[in-house]
Amino acid sequence: MSSYHLDHLQHLETEAIHIMREVAGEFERPALLFSGGKDSICLLRLAEKAFRPSELPLPLLNVDTGHHFPELNEFRDRRSAQLGAKLIVRTVEDAIAKGIATPAPGEVSRNRLQIPTLLAAIEEFQFDCCIGGARRDEEKARAKERFFSFRDSFGQWDPKNQRPEIWNLYNGRLNPGENMRVFPLSNWTEMDVWEYIQRERLEVPSIYFSHQRRCVRRGGQWLPVSALVPPKPSEEVCDLVVRVRTIGDIISTGCVESPAMTVADIISEIAAARVTERGSRADDKASEAAMEDRKKAGYF
Amino acid sequence: MSISALSYRPVDILRFNTCGSVDDGKSTLIGRLLYDSKSLMEDQIEALERSADITGGGQINLANLTDGLRAEREQGITIDVAYRYFATPRRKFIIADTPGHVQYTRNMVTGASSANLSIILVDARLGVIEQSRRHTAIAALLRIPHLVVAINKMDLVGWSEERFLEIRAQFEAFLPRLDIKDVKFIPLSALNGDNVVEPSPHTPWYAGPTLLGHLETVHIASDFNLTGFRLPVQWVNRPNSPTDATLHDFRGFSGQIAGGIVRTGQKLLAFPSGIVTTVKQIWTYDGVVHEAFCPQSVTLVLEHDIDISRGSMLVALDQLPGSSCDLQAEVCWMHTRPLQVGKKYFLKHTSHTVQVVVTELIDKLNMSTLESEPAPTALAVNDIGEIKLRAARPLVFDGYSTNRLTGSFILIEPGTNATVAAGMLRAPHDVFKPDAADYVI
Repeated sequence: MSSYHLDHLQHLETEAIHIMREVAGEFERPALLFSGGKDSICLLRLAEKAFRPSELPLPLLNVDTGHHFPELNEFRDRRSAQLGAKLIVRTVEDAIAKGIATPAPGEVSRNRLQIPTLLAAIEEFQFDCCIGGARRDEEKARAKERFFSFRDSFGQWDPKNQRPEIWNLYNGRLNPGENMRVFPLSNWTEMDVWEYIQRERLEVPSIYFSHQRRCVRRGGQWLPVSALVPPKPSEEVCDLVVRVRTIGDIISTGCVESPAMTVADIISEIAAARVTERGSRADDKASEAAMEDRKKAGYF
Repeated sequence: MSISALSYRPVDILRFNTCGSVDDGKSTLIGRLLYDSKSLMEDQIEALERSADITGGGQINLANLTDGLRAEREQGITIDVAYRYFATPRRKFIIADTPGHVQYTRNMVTGASSANLSIILVDARLGVIEQSRRHTAIAALLRIPHLVVAINKMDLVGWSEERFLEIRAQFEAFLPRLDIKDVKFIPLSALNGDNVVEPSPHTPWYAGPTLLGHLETVHIASDFNLTGFRLPVQWVNRPNSPTDATLHDFRGFSGQIAGGIVRTGQKLLAFPSGIVTTVKQIWTYDGVVHEAFCPQSVTLVLEHDIDISRGSMLVALDQLPGSSCDLQAEVCWMHTRPLQVGKKYFLKHTSHTVQVVVTELIDKLNMSTLESEPAPTALAVNDIGEIKLRAARPLVFDGYSTNRLTGSFILIEPGTNATVAAGMLRAPHDVFKPDAADYVI
């Protein structure tokens, strides 16, 4: 192997840094969507690689559903502070109070309500571009996503009318009110993300690692028991040694039984896994086109 | 650590795309590659089985794995480029599943532009059709280094070697007109899995590798150009730190190297100013390095304080690029509004966007004959032709055949902001000749 060789992670890294810098070069008011999850943790490191020694030229934005794991929010706030980044949090609770987001009668999930909350934040700060950590390997509708994903003035994604992306030339031109979502991790897989976390020695929230948790069996998954998810008398409840593989809301994120205590353990576990990461997310199982419908409405 | 974790060691990435006509079985082939290489997970197989119960009369349809959007499943066609990922112990793969539907050629260009390899699917019953020629021509135009002609549905022609050879001969009749160096023909059945991952018992007359075997071992000759250093500047890195004196005066030029190698102390020419300067430092987040190469992303600190901003280009003195307002290029037209001579567009090339006007439409490629037709009246969507352009400011560029990154551009329509064309520049007539006076600073 010649010394002028990049391995697969280095290839993915330089591609993502190039995209980050195109965003900084082409947009007036970009933001980076940072949840504290493993994908957006990689995004932040890539932003450091793209922009240091300068300060990050874009604020971090998080839509807090009010159903987040507390460990996640703690990590989000701490990591943002470490980086000296500006963190903007907008809550679904607040959007409901202001009438921006309206729950359907009996609607418990905050998944759908994230959409108007995010769009209102974009409007409030006049963001013209949001960088997100979505990956094409996560889900079938994501697999059709561009690096630069154009959204109209309603925040909508039109899968039939996407801008062709050729070579590494991204068309970031917008008219007023329009918006771009940019996904530097498009070509990364779950394995790549964990290998990158390992290589870069990145800290991740503790819930990714094995811990003891009371869970309730529901819909073929182990959901964490919390004030939001009280077990019904008929349901099976167990104290298990679990971790989360993907983090959504606490009411819809299935825990997987796992002894993985380190990033290396997680990598071994994924290499041997027989279920995809989104297999533990009830929000995607709702219907085969669940993600497609949410993306069309403005979901990131 | 489990055995599979130990064996998971991809060292490089092969990007490939699949193209064929509707019903050639592209999606089935990708489904088969994923299924037989054990890249599918149980919940994906479960989802397949669920949809089989509803729409497939109980039979698993591998095409449902890639036809992701509801609109596609309903119509049974692929309407956009879908990306798939899998890894074997030898390589990591990125698949761009590009549709063959006649009106979606632009998607093939999108999916193929960054590919190392293209798979052209041919239905063994139909042989070479116009779509096969079109897809092969596009792969050649984009200078994809490797081509695989997958002759599919061999089970439906009785695994006939004669038929296989006949189709190969049909291809070989027009290949010499295209500049393709490496072509591999593989007889297979995507539906049944013959010669996809496992060798087929039906083709004793075929001694070559399976499709996956070929994908795992094909030599990816360096896709990236290591001669002629080029750094298109994406972003000027100026910390302006009031507290850190060492950073107060830091001024770096960030970008992804688009060609060649750069070293500390090397002299570079800065465009558009035409001034020669020296590399003082190659800065990266992981520390200062003394050498960097394409396609790494770096930040260069230079000896002299000269005017450089986004869209500027830093180049090596030993291989100078062209610098001109007059450009000639092959373009693939991607929009339903045809190309208009005399119309102004934005041209995005590396990190530089400039206004251009189309001054001449030279010829158009006839997709049936692969002959060029001089002086066409228009270029419509999915047409490929040669044009001349005049730019408002000079472009610093190489021919596409020398460097894919500094030889390519897109055209954007003002107003709608639609990406209307992909362009490949012809080599410059003259390379840039700096004035001797400019060398001194």
